[in-house]
Amino acid sequence: MAYPYFPGCTLSTQAKNYDRSARAVAAALGLELEELAEWQCCGATFPLMLDDSLALIAPTRILYQAQQALEQASNSSRSVTTLCSICFNVLRRSQALLERDPEMLDRINWFTEQEYRGDVHIAHFLELLRDDLGWEALAERVTHPLTGLRVAPYYGCLLLRPYDEIGLDDPEAPTILHDLVQALGAEPVDFPYNIECCGSYLTVKEPEVPEMLSQEIVASAREHGAQVIVTACPLCQFNLDYPQRETEAGRTGDEIATLYFTQLMAVALGLPEETWGFADHYVDPQPLVAALEAGE
Amino acid sequence: MSRIGVFVCHCGINVAGTVDVERVAEEIDHYPGVVYATDYKYMCSDPGQQLLQEAIEEHRLDGVIVAACSPAMHEATFRRAGAKAGLNPYRFESANIREQCSWVHEGDTERATEKAIEIVRTLVEKVKRDDEMAPFHLPLTKRALVIGGGIAGMQAALDVADAGFPVVLVEREGRLGGKMARLSGTYLNFEAAPDLLEQKIEQVLEHPNIQVLTNAQVVEVEGYVGNFDVKVSQLDKPETFEIGAIVMATGWDPYPLDRLSEYGGGATPDVVDGLTFEEMLRSGNGLRRPSDGRAPQEVVFVQCAGSRDPERGVPYCSKVCCMYVPKMARMFKERVPEGQAYVFYIDIRSAGKGYDEYVQQAMEDYDVLYLRGKVSKIFRDGDKVIVWGVDTLGGQQLEVAADLVVLATPMMPGDQTTELAQTVRAGVGENGFFSEAHPKLRPVESLTAGVFLAGAAQGPKDIPESVSQASGAAAKVLQLFSLDQMVQEPTVAYVIEEICSGCGACVGVCPYEARELHPVRGIAVVNAALCQNCGACVVACPNKASQIHNWTPEQILAMADAVSW
Repeated sequence: MAYPYFPGCTLSTQAKNYDRSARAVAAALGLELEELAEWQCCGATFPLMLDDSLALIAPTRILYQAQQALEQASNSSRSVTTLCSICFNVLRRSQALLERDPEMLDRINWFTEQEYRGDVHIAHFLELLRDDLGWEALAERVTHPLTGLRVAPYYGCLLLRPYDEIGLDDPEAPTILHDLVQALGAEPVDFPYNIECCGSYLTVKEPEVPEMLSQEIVASAREHGAQVIVTACPLCQFNLDYPQRETEAGRTGDEIATLYFTQLMAVALGLPEETWGFADHYVDPQPLVAALEAGE
Repeated sequence: MSRIGVFVCHCGINVAGTVDVERVAEEIDHYPGVVYATDYKYMCSDPGQQLLQEAIEEHRLDGVIVAACSPAMHEATFRRAGAKAGLNPYRFESANIREQCSWVHEGDTERATEKAIEIVRTLVEKVKRDDEMAPFHLPLTKRALVIGGGIAGMQAALDVADAGFPVVLVEREGRLGGKMARLSGTYLNFEAAPDLLEQKIEQVLEHPNIQVLTNAQVVEVEGYVGNFDVKVSQLDKPETFEIGAIVMATGWDPYPLDRLSEYGGGATPDVVDGLTFEEMLRSGNGLRRPSDGRAPQEVVFVQCAGSRDPERGVPYCSKVCCMYVPKMARMFKERVPEGQAYVFYIDIRSAGKGYDEYVQQAMEDYDVLYLRGKVSKIFRDGDKVIVWGVDTLGGQQLEVAADLVVLATPMMPGDQTTELAQTVRAGVGENGFFSEAHPKLRPVESLTAGVFLAGAAQGPKDIPESVSQASGAAAKVLQLFSLDQMVQEPTVAYVIEEICSGCGACVGVCPYEARELHPVRGIAVVNAALCQNCGACVVACPNKASQIHNWTPEQILAMADAVSW
């Protein structure tokens, strides 16, 4: 099945490895990702002011483009998919807002001169894996099971919250990444910081905040025996990976790599190394994978 | 020809400020059938009622209309007043020109007055066609059924039984006591809950008027107030009782701990709820925590765990936690004097005689550390339970490495509440507790006549409040039992047998199960005692064979005609 796909800015620039690995994984699983013919930045933050129609214009445009794509698609997909947690959050919440506020929808349609009807379903790629493919089917496709690898799923905030609008998983005790890790043959490691905030955009303005937060998160994952962290968010990935250069563990070579779940999947599905995108990490995941392969 | 009198009430300025009451009286005086019309300042006052009575006698009135407030307000008053002067109460009608006229048309006297005249005209047409009627009487079984053998149910049973009436007390567990049997102590006086409870249980078991059925469930309730037939199944052995009144005292259930995943509920053994901690405090061989049997030194209590949380938990306040938490903290300190208790709270709701003093003592005399703020997360770390929270008064984030965490979870409706509500035809509210007939003025009655409410089945309550409500419910039962027989309003549905085709359409639509098809004659028959004159059957009947006394189709059409007279 093919899904209209909204990559978003980060996956086209800083997080190309997320995009590349995801497309490869999707193709291997028969879940073709078809990039929207036309798209722009989602705005990267959901407007929290009571009336901020201006900030809703960008996500509404994307939803409209998705609506067009769904109409043209020759397949029966009902969902548009995306990968970045931030894009996902913005689109899903905008969609929810427009659905419950037809007046706002009218106003934006009037401004954009497009006719978004308000009913496009946004699915995170993880949801396609869970709901459309299924964990068992995924496990059957695994050619290089990650047996023995202790993986700490890190969810962050935007993939799960606010629950009434996002509704992807239990916001306090999520399992979707745990289940994925298990399907790949690895061992999910539970750690208390797995839904704590990484510091997000403060990395631009006050980098010491995400540095402090991410050091706590990584330290907790390490204490609980994790060898690698997986995430679904480019900003989480950056905030967990990069500040490790400042830590004792970072200096002594005891760092923990932070991978996108799609990278881990690419390894487990036996896809070619050029799809893994390991070059762009601060903490190099290569030795871990090498050790895994050597162990087999 | 009718001799109808119309009395237009000023209600001070409530009506007269908008409606030209004198004009209403003047115009209606010329309407066919009206022989007397006047206006008066306050019809419901003693002189107003006097005026009504004198006019009935002087003008030999056989029908009366008071144009004033809603009939819900004073219909009974005027019917009673008229009856004293010899007027049949069912030939009295209230014309509502206040709530449905003056109050909603303020500032438009002309049109409001026109509308008031039209309203009165319609009721003149109705009164012309009202039958003289009398209430009818029904037998009354003076035996009460109490469902639930907790503290509320036992109190209600004892009060009714002490007044000399027989009571059947049904309890689904093997013994009486309910949730109170699991408590270690009670707050304020610190009496051991088991001792208090045992006394009550003994009184109930030895009472000659109380028949206790344990391991029993109510499976079927038929009939109506004063005349219920109740089928009880005791260990699968059914028995039927004739019952006059029912008290629902089915209690509460604890909030499922695993719904609090952010607090490790259900996943972390040393995170328990209040009821579990009560049992731990009761234990004969000291206070021991579940995971490894060690005595906990650092105990964190989390108030409002799952309550006041419309998004993830329940929206309501569970009311009792602000008191049972200091009680448990004090009991903990008595067993582990060197230990430390922490309480995270949003605010402290300790309204009640002696309640706030009790909380203050916990802080001052027992060194319980109260921290105002929510807990964000609780998780296990080695042999400790880590609590992340915030102290909003101190303005800092806190981490407590505790040995045990007690979550003050909300009281939930008992798991069989909805099912039992259907059985006895009583309503439940949005949170699943039994609904009272009126939140302020009828708090111990259900919406079904003869079914009363006691204890936490109606909403979160502590022991003294449950006992009070149980006594209130018992008083309502006794009020009913003080009648010689039951009196029922005669304005109920009936069937014109000659034109009933026996299609049964009315039987299905009746929400009160007041109708059935006669097994032999094949026509619809009405159980007048159950009928609440809602009119659903009248609408459903294709032949107009179903009608309501004094609300016949002829009356309604005549009323409609009168609007455009």
